[in-house]
Amino acid sequence: MSNKNMQEYWKKNIRKVLSLLGIWFLVSYVFGILLVDQLNAVQIGGFKLGFWFAQQGSIYTFVILIWVYVRQMNKLDTEYGVNE
Amino acid sequence: MDIQTWTYILVGATFALYIGIAIWSRAGSTKDFYVAGGGVSPLANGLATAADWMSAASFISMAGLISFMGYDGSVFLMGWTGGYVLLALLLAPYLRKFGKFTVPDFIGDRYYSNTARTVAVIAALFVSFTYVAGQMRGVGVVFSRFLEVDINTGVYIGMAIVFFYAVLGGMKGITYTQVAQYCVLIFAFMVPAIFISIQMTGNPIPQLGFGGSYDGMPILEKLDGLHRELGFSEYTSGTKSKIDVFFITAALMVGTAGLPHVIVRFFTTPKVSGARKSAGWALLFIAILYTTAPAVAVFARVNLIETVSEQPREELPAWVDNWERTGLLSWDDKNGDGIVQYVADAETNEFKVDRDIMVLANPEIANLPNWVVALVGAGGLAAALSTAAGLLLVISTSISHDLLKKQIAPNISDKQELMWARIAAIIAVVVAGYFGIHPPGFVASVVALAFGLAAASFFPAILLGIFTKTMNKEGAISGMVSGLLITIYYIARFKLHWIGDEATSGPDNWWFGISPEGFGTIGMMVNFVVAFAVSKFTAPVPQEVQDIVEHIRIPSGAGEASAH
Repeated sequence: MSNKNMQEYWKKNIRKVLSLLGIWFLVSYVFGILLVDQLNAVQIGGFKLGFWFAQQGSIYTFVILIWVYVRQMNKLDTEYGVNE
Repeated sequence: MDIQTWTYILVGATFALYIGIAIWSRAGSTKDFYVAGGGVSPLANGLATAADWMSAASFISMAGLISFMGYDGSVFLMGWTGGYVLLALLLAPYLRKFGKFTVPDFIGDRYYSNTARTVAVIAALFVSFTYVAGQMRGVGVVFSRFLEVDINTGVYIGMAIVFFYAVLGGMKGITYTQVAQYCVLIFAFMVPAIFISIQMTGNPIPQLGFGGSYDGMPILEKLDGLHRELGFSEYTSGTKSKIDVFFITAALMVGTAGLPHVIVRFFTTPKVSGARKSAGWALLFIAILYTTAPAVAVFARVNLIETVSEQPREELPAWVDNWERTGLLSWDDKNGDGIVQYVADAETNEFKVDRDIMVLANPEIANLPNWVVALVGAGGLAAALSTAAGLLLVISTSISHDLLKKQIAPNISDKQELMWARIAAIIAVVVAGYFGIHPPGFVASVVALAFGLAAASFFPAILLGIFTKTMNKEGAISGMVSGLLITIYYIARFKLHWIGDEATSGPDNWWFGISPEGFGTIGMMVNFVVAFAVSKFTAPVPQEVQDIVEHIRIPSGAGEASAH
């Protein structure tokens, strides 16, 4: 793979990882910790929303994030011909 | 049949299974021993990683801890799962592409320095030994409660079993045994959880029952009400400061991503895409337990309060007597009325429960059949043994590979190295057993230390090794050393009270209000800052090392994990 392609592949990789980590930060640190009191004012299905994010929602999101990453990276690998 | 008989049957059957697998998957080469020949499917590896990761603490203690901490317990839930996102996105695929056996291997090669390798080996040994002592203790506790043997005998039995499959099978034996252990432990955790969820909320899925209704209102609202009545702080609010919750969560996440026994699992898949995928499977399997645990915590808390609070002691069920005999539960009739007062105020509170018994006692509290009670014992053993085996492997590999083969005696043959790996595993089992029988007084606090140290040392060094080409050995080594030192200092000062004036080591004197458990996050930041600063003023990274970095960033051509 040419040097220019390699740089491009790496840049796209970083961009994907950063956007997924943004969501990772949002659901745990923002919803589950920093804004927990504000979100707790909302009640959904027997849960205070902030509490739900801290003990359930963040974990579900984490699982989804990794699988989205797997899919996106497999696509990117194929696009740049670096898949195995 | 009684609980005792059921326990013998279930524990005996699961142990026979583990030993059978160990014999079937004996290791023939160092590669089998270290990374299971690099041929484990992502799904199997995900299962094994989940079992490796979920220790006696996750299985036995976590739900109990959350039950008593309420919202504050979220730090464990988010921290121990969120770390997998970091691991999957930032470390696992690149370390797999790098294709060596161990974490110190990566640090040593990427930073072209045996000093860096040695710092990494010491940190890996320290983290793993700390952790393994707790596991052997967990094995002892389960044995002593369910088989009514002495706690030390319990530890010996546990040692013998781990010895058998870790020494014989290495990573190959461990991986396939862990797959079986995951199945045992998740079954053992879910069955009582489902029973109790149906009992209390009518919903068979604990994650939904968690938000279900009890006594005409959402169960969480009911529990908040009970807490207010008895003077406890609201279950869904917690008492820790926001900054502390933030930093503890971060330390646990980064620490998780930096634990060598977890990282090394990703070296066993055949391809880079496999390493990514197996992190996904691992977190999925972990999440099943981690989303159930907070539900179990709430059910257990409500059940406990309703069963004991303001009830005549005489009329309490038999499980109270059973656990009172172990000393893990106690009642002291302070006002002499024969009725249990369970309240927040320490002056008038009469009832004490050890947090560790909540999961083990839960099936009895909820009056579940005897086989379920015995099943929980077998699950606890699976959790403790699988983690202990993974840690022992890291310890033996660090010694035979990172120290002996890579530094002291580079000329030994594959066969000799394998022999040394086995000898190191034997020694590690014995040392771990010793710590299990004679636990140092600070075991509970050193677990915080293990995470803090992993966060302050490995995570930044590996991350910088992959994502920058300019980080040199001087920067990485001084970063790791300063991160480690400041974290050790803070824990010695504010947690163990080994140094400094005891009078000024309380929470009021914590830096920025951060507890020792959360300080690993600061240690990590110090590591980053020092590493960058030092690398600016020292020699640049050699071209061939920059080429290694280029190489690990591209997934294709991973080949198999190898020693050279």
